Amino acid sequence: MKIVVCIKQVPDAKDVKLDPETNTLAREGVESIMNPYDQHALETAVTIKEAVGGTVTAVSMGPPQAEAVLRQAISCGADAGVLVSDRSFAGADTWATSYTLAKAVEKSGGADLIICGKQAIDGDTAQVGPGLAMRLDIPFATCIQKIRSVDASTIVLERMMDDGYDVLQSGYPLLFTVVKDINQPRVPSLKGKMKAKKARITVLSAADIGADPGCIGLPGSPTQVVKVFPPEPRGERAMLTGTVEEQVEQLVDKIKPYLV
Amino acid sequence: MDRFLTEEQQMIVDIARQITDELIIPNRAELDENHQFPREILNAIAQADLMGLTIPEEYGGFGGSLFDSILALEEFGRGCIAVGTAFAASGLGVLPLIVGGSDEQKQKYLPAVASGEKFAAFGLTEANAGSDASGIQTTAVLDGDEWVLNGTKQWITNGGEAQIYLVVAMTDKSRGPRGASIFIVEEGDPGFSCGPKEKKMGICASSTTELIFKDCRIPQERMVGRKGTGFITVMKTLDSSRPGIAALAVGLAQGAVDTAVTYAKQREQFGRPIIGFQAVQHMLADMATETEAARALTYTAARHIDAHPKDMSKASSMCKVYATDVAMRVATDAVQVLGGYGYMCEYPAEKMMRDAKILQIYEGTNQVQRNVIGQELNKEYNR
Repeated sequence: MKIVVCIKQVPDAKDVKLDPETNTLAREGVESIMNPYDQHALETAVTIKEAVGGTVTAVSMGPPQAEAVLRQAISCGADAGVLVSDRSFAGADTWATSYTLAKAVEKSGGADLIICGKQAIDGDTAQVGPGLAMRLDIPFATCIQKIRSVDASTIVLERMMDDGYDVLQSGYPLLFTVVKDINQPRVPSLKGKMKAKKARITVLSAADIGADPGCIGLPGSPTQVVKVFPPEPRGERAMLTGTVEEQVEQLVDKIKPYLV
Repeated sequence: MDRFLTEEQQMIVDIARQITDELIIPNRAELDENHQFPREILNAIAQADLMGLTIPEEYGGFGGSLFDSILALEEFGRGCIAVGTAFAASGLGVLPLIVGGSDEQKQKYLPAVASGEKFAAFGLTEANAGSDASGIQTTAVLDGDEWVLNGTKQWITNGGEAQIYLVVAMTDKSRGPRGASIFIVEEGDPGFSCGPKEKKMGICASSTTELIFKDCRIPQERMVGRKGTGFITVMKTLDSSRPGIAALAVGLAQGAVDTAVTYAKQREQFGRPIIGFQAVQHMLADMATETEAARALTYTAARHIDAHPKDMSKASSMCKVYATDVAMRVATDAVQVLGGYGYMCEYPAEKMMRDAKILQIYEGTNQVQRNVIGQELNKEYNR
């Protein structure tokens, strides 16, 4: 089975910094991590591969430094990493990103299963997974919390809903996005880390994937991020101290007036 | 301080550190309170390829050095000595095989331990034979093509949880130190059972039981090495495993320093963080300095042993005795720095202190270690 996992490198910062001139994320000098939801997606992919056989390819659209999360993916069980990187991708919103990823997936020969994290912790839109599926014209399901069963022809999933969960059955190709409840991502293995260090990451440019320049990056984005900022703390702030039991009592006393 | 690690050694540290931070530290209090064997954590360690760190590559391991293993042990020790002990004891269990086993025995048992499918244990100590290991009374008698074992081992780590037990038994009492041999006993062998888990002062998540042999019959091929070489193999085994205990101790001491400094910066009394008071600062300074010294000695001893010198006993005993004494002092001081909170189970310091004590006792008491060092010094200066 050919499995693709979409991975994003995101800033590990409480303070998201935006470059005011280009309206794109200022990634220099900010520590980067693999988007936590994507860690769960990768774990899901590797677990499925271990169960039914196949390959897991990690794909990421990002600047050259995003190669690090692809190597991290390999150290946790991915077989290969593909970095889709080009200056012209900068400023892409989810519309342009899903276009770019779709072209990259098509260029790589497609996939039976595409697994994404529910959302990226910097954008928080949760749109790229479904967008990618629509572009590739394949079925998709979001917020998957459990794989009930998987074999070469069928997969049965639990989709988290507000008041419970749905049970879905699908064939392939399929795209689904996962929530954190689905698994505990494994720690990289020593052999994995050594493999990751030596691995050749395929880098695809806009030309390599045959992208239409009008559909990528800032030009291809109907929406624009105008400003990104952590919200100003408003109103009274109180730090609770003491044992956990004491803090809970204090918290309950503070919430009570609002519960009428 | 820079430890001058290679890239590969740094990978080992990074993986062990991640396991410690994500899996051990968040679960250690509960495992300790429930006396629960840390099976899931050991499975994660195996999946990360660390269970087979020192098992040779041809038997499914990583083929790493003693130094590689102490890097991992130091991190696990920072997390929880019970987890570190369970991990180390499995490594200790297979060491006699690595040191003295036949190729068939290694092929049969080592891959399963490297993969984490099975755990091992080392059975030497008895009720009347602790420091005086030569006083063991478990016997092994050849009957046809089977060895028959009788006797009881005491305080065996991983007892009841391991599947493979390396047991030292007397094959010929009349030959004294050359009268012992090592045998591989498997879970399920007829006449072999494990006693209930002991209740201990600390390392409560680690399983410690008796091993009971009542006419336990095992195939002849289960003897490791030549008959009568038991104690020689044991000595070689312990020389290699003692630095591992030193590493656990360094890790615990580091964890205690981290806990104490973090607390001292947050806790305010008399209008300021207590780290501003010289009395506290001096305690922390000594704790941190001794921890670094213990680390340096342990690293040096491990590197020395990896060079396969003629004499390794002194280095091995030195790092064990020093690092474990440091760990006990530092853990005790950490409780003191945390004051009343240090005494409460809600904070990690009291568990560190309870856990630290065993480090000075097992794998050769610190009194035995001093004996070894003294004897080695005596020998050295004769030349």
